[in-house]
Amino acid sequence: MGEKAQMAVVDYLVLGDDPHLEANACRSCGALFFDRRNACARCGAVGFERRALATTGVVRSYTIIHRAAPNVPVPYVSTVVELDGGGVVKANLVDAGSDPDKIELGMKVRLTTFACGRDEEGTEAVAFGFTPA
Amino acid sequence: MSDNVWIIGTTMCRFGRYPDKDTVDLASEVALGALADAGTTMADMQVLAVGCLMEAANMMGQHLQKQIGQTGIPVYNVANACATGATAVRTVILSIKAGEADMGLAVGVEQMGKMGLLGPAGRERQKPTGYERSGRYGAVMPVEGVLGTGLMPGVFAQAGMEYASRHDGVGFEQFAKVAEKNHAHSALNPLAQYQKAFSLAEVMDSAMVAYPNTLLMCCPTGDGAAAVVLCSDAKLKTLDPDVRRRAVKISASVLTSDPYVASDTAQPDVSTLTRTAAAAAYEQAGVSPTDLDLVELHDCFATAELIHYENLSLCEPGGAGDFIDRRGPWRDGDIPVNVSGGLISKGHPIGATGVANLYEVATHLRGEAGDRQIEGATVGLTHVIGLGSACAVHVLEKAAS
Repeated sequence: MGEKAQMAVVDYLVLGDDPHLEANACRSCGALFFDRRNACARCGAVGFERRALATTGVVRSYTIIHRAAPNVPVPYVSTVVELDGGGVVKANLVDAGSDPDKIELGMKVRLTTFACGRDEEGTEAVAFGFTPA
Repeated sequence: MSDNVWIIGTTMCRFGRYPDKDTVDLASEVALGALADAGTTMADMQVLAVGCLMEAANMMGQHLQKQIGQTGIPVYNVANACATGATAVRTVILSIKAGEADMGLAVGVEQMGKMGLLGPAGRERQKPTGYERSGRYGAVMPVEGVLGTGLMPGVFAQAGMEYASRHDGVGFEQFAKVAEKNHAHSALNPLAQYQKAFSLAEVMDSAMVAYPNTLLMCCPTGDGAAAVVLCSDAKLKTLDPDVRRRAVKISASVLTSDPYVASDTAQPDVSTLTRTAAAAAYEQAGVSPTDLDLVELHDCFATAELIHYENLSLCEPGGAGDFIDRRGPWRDGDIPVNVSGGLISKGHPIGATGVANLYEVATHLRGEAGDRQIEGATVGLTHVIGLGSACAVHVLEKAAS
């Protein structure tokens, strides 16, 4: 058996020893984007650079999904996280249950990764989520 | 340039499910209804705009003309997410304001049937053979449910919970009270898809879809259509006294898109553009929120309505929870909101929605709303939002005499 192949589920997730998110940052105003941009949506400048984002942040919002597409397991918690130092991202809140009384708006979370699928060639897809810090 | 634009005819069909009709049938019926209401015909229309989101590439306006009058006038087929219908209306307003037309017809229509969750992310997926990156985020698989949710019930739940995170006194119960109100209001509206009142407990105990939105806090899918006939000031002066008496003035028509906010990377912002649209509309119309006798706003989900109380300045900053707690938006409250039953109970056939809310407010201003009439209504506001985002706000006023 060779080394198990892994792929980040999206290209703005960087795997390895220290998994983190990477954004395209506007060189002029610092606005952050996870996809490629022709010019900055905020200031119109055209230069971007890759920037590693913090792996800690706070829960800015969440919802607990009970009804989803056929093979999406429910319930799960979707959350909008404001990362320390900049960047707002949506992901699942994991290891926090799905009881609204136990999920606090504003609570501190940190990035984690989890396997989210395997293709027929054995490659494992790895996603990121957030867990209470 | 025409100073004012007037609604002189309007109609809508009852929202619901029409499996034996198609969108052209539904559009034709309301178009003919609005023309008859205005005492006019297609022969007098100089512009036509039609909003039908899911058939936007299908030349719906030209199909409609073939049913009711193929006169060679300019036709605009409009799509702008859930603001599609209002954008069609605004297209006719702009044609009149530009002096290119003095009378025109706007129609909104949609046939959704029992569609369930909107968008491809709500459908079943195939198992992958080999992962390959695709799309702007280099995704190796659909990420709905893997990286949070992008489906409507969850997006608007997160918009509501973000408001709750910043303001005390807003939670599940406040959001549920919004739906309790709109279901109660719909019991008086014969054109609503659902016309049944539910207790607060029934709303809170119904099946959870996306916390805090339960099933009774989500708008249904359905079919429907609505139409308005508009004309210029100069044209209105030439029309019959009865048409003039029932004419409703469009005091403001505003369309905005979402300006940059840092959280766009998580989900589209539905608040900032509503705030800017409302501020511009109040200024254009020269009215303040306290002047409003009724508001029809975009309650696709109960969480959405609550945040729009503040976005439309119907309550104090941070006061949306208190506003619903003290029954401010009920039909006998400070500012009645969604006396039609709103999207939650009247229904939300996408293209029709932004025209039907003009029908609703205009009908009250004409004093013709029957059992649900807000007595003495003289000023009303309509609001729709399409996620992505597009926002339209209109202010309507009863004719002076």
